[in-house]
Amino acid sequence: MTLSLEGYSQLILAGTWVTLKISFLSLVVSFLIGLAGAVAKLSANPVASWGAGVYTTLIRGIPALVLMLLLYFSVQMGLNRVTEHFGLHQLDIEPVSAAVMVLGFIYGAYFTETFRGAYLAVPRGQMEAALAIGMPWFRAFRRIQFPQMMRFALPGVANNWLVVIKTAGLVSLLGVNDMVKAARQAGNATMRQFFFYGVVAVIFLAITSLSQVLLQYLERRFDIGVREARL
Amino acid sequence: MIDLIHTYWKSYLWSDGFNLTGLAMTLWLLVLSCAMGFVLALPLAIARSSRNPWLWRPVWLFTFVFRGTPLFVQLLMIYSGLAGVHFIRHTPLLWSFFRSGLDCVIVAFVLNTCAYTTEIFAGAIKATPIGEVEAGQAIGMSTATLYRRVILPSSLRRALPAYSNEIIFMLHSTSVAFTATVPDLLKVAVDVNAATFMTFQAYGIAAAIYLGVTFLLVGMFRRAERRWLAYLQPQTAQTSPRGADARPKEQPC
Repeated sequence: MTLSLEGYSQLILAGTWVTLKISFLSLVVSFLIGLAGAVAKLSANPVASWGAGVYTTLIRGIPALVLMLLLYFSVQMGLNRVTEHFGLHQLDIEPVSAAVMVLGFIYGAYFTETFRGAYLAVPRGQMEAALAIGMPWFRAFRRIQFPQMMRFALPGVANNWLVVIKTAGLVSLLGVNDMVKAARQAGNATMRQFFFYGVVAVIFLAITSLSQVLLQYLERRFDIGVREARL
Repeated sequence: MIDLIHTYWKSYLWSDGFNLTGLAMTLWLLVLSCAMGFVLALPLAIARSSRNPWLWRPVWLFTFVFRGTPLFVQLLMIYSGLAGVHFIRHTPLLWSFFRSGLDCVIVAFVLNTCAYTTEIFAGAIKATPIGEVEAGQAIGMSTATLYRRVILPSSLRRALPAYSNEIIFMLHSTSVAFTATVPDLLKVAVDVNAATFMTFQAYGIAAAIYLGVTFLLVGMFRRAERRWLAYLQPQTAQTSPRGADARPKEQPC
C-alpha cells in the first residue's frame, strides 16, 4: 500500500478548506444565536423565555443529521413553492451557506444552554451596578457581563466547537463538496477508499487536537486575574 | 399527511414486512452498541486510570483517535474502506462479516461509544476519594475486591449523569447508520421522502419519534439518578430556586 495521494491532494485540500469554512462560520452563527437565546431564555418576558425554551428543547432532542436533512431540503422545497406561485425563476440556495445556516441554527440551541449557565454564574450585582451608573443595557452587557461570563462559558464553547467540526463532516450528505466528498471521489476513482478516508480522519484529528491546544490557551487567557486555590 | 402516516406507520415503527426497520432498528442499534461499548469500556477505563504507562498510553491513543474524528468518517472507513482492502476481501470469514452494512455499523458504533464511555468512566474512577481506597486497603482487600466493592460501584454512580448524556448522544448518532444502507428510522424517512416528495412530513415524523425517545431516555435517567444518586439530592424536599417570595407556604403538621 503506497501513501501517495495520486494527484488528489488539490481536491482534498479544497475540501478541507470548505469543511473549515463551514465549521467556523457555523460557530459564529451559533455563537450569536446562543447569546441571543440565553438572554431571551433568562428574560422576564414570558414569550421570549418560552420561545427560547421550546427552541432549545426541540433542537437538542432531535439528531443533528435529521434536522440537517429536514431543514435543508424542506426550506429549498418551500422556497420553490413560493417562487413557482409567483411565477419566478427557481432560487437555488447555495449549498455552503445553506449548510452554515442549518448548522448554526442547530448548534445555536446548544450554545444557548452553555451561555445560560455562564450568564447565571456571574454575580447579579455586576450587571446591576453597571445599569445603576447609567450604562445602556447593551454596553453593560458588552463591557461587564460578557467578559466575565465567557470565563465560565469557555469549557462549554470548546466542547460545542469540537462537536460542530465533527458534525460538519456530515455536510457531504447534503451535497456539499467538503473533504469527505473529496475523499469519496478520490477513493472511488483509485479503489483505495480506506486510505483516502484515513487521510480525512487524520486531517480531522489534526484540526480537533489543534483546536484543543488553542482553546486551552484561551481558557488560561480568560482566567487571568482569577487565583486558583493551591492545595 | 394522513395518507403518508397511514401507508408508512409500520415501516417507521418496526417493520416493512420483511426486515426490522425504523424505530425498532434504531433502538436495536442503540442497545447493542451501548451494551457492548459498556462491557469493553470498563476494563479500558481501569487501564486508562492506571499509573502504568504501558496500560494507559494505548488506551489514551484509542480514545484520542476515536473521539477526535467524526463517527461518520469512522463508519465510512469500516464500511466503504475495508471492502477495498485486499486482505479482508480475500479472507472469507472477514469478508462475510464486513460485507454486511449492519455489522459495519455496529463495529463503528461500539468502537465510538466505547471511546467516549472509557473517558467518562476513567474520569469517575480518578475522582474516587483516596480515603475510600485507603480504607479498603487497610482492611486487607485485594485489588480485585477493592475495585469490585469500593471503586467501581461509587465511580459508576458518579459517572451516571455524564453517561446518560453519552447514551442520548449515541441515540442521535445512530442516524448515520442509514448511510450504510441499514434501515433505521432515518433511512425510512429518506425512502418515504424519495417515494412521496413530502420532505417536511417524511423527515418531520422521524424527528418527532426521535424527540419522543429522547424524552423517554431523559426521564428514565432522571429516575435512575434519583435512585442511585439519592444521597446527593437536596436534603429538604421543598427548596425553590426562586428565592424568598416563592417559598412554599408552611404546611400544617
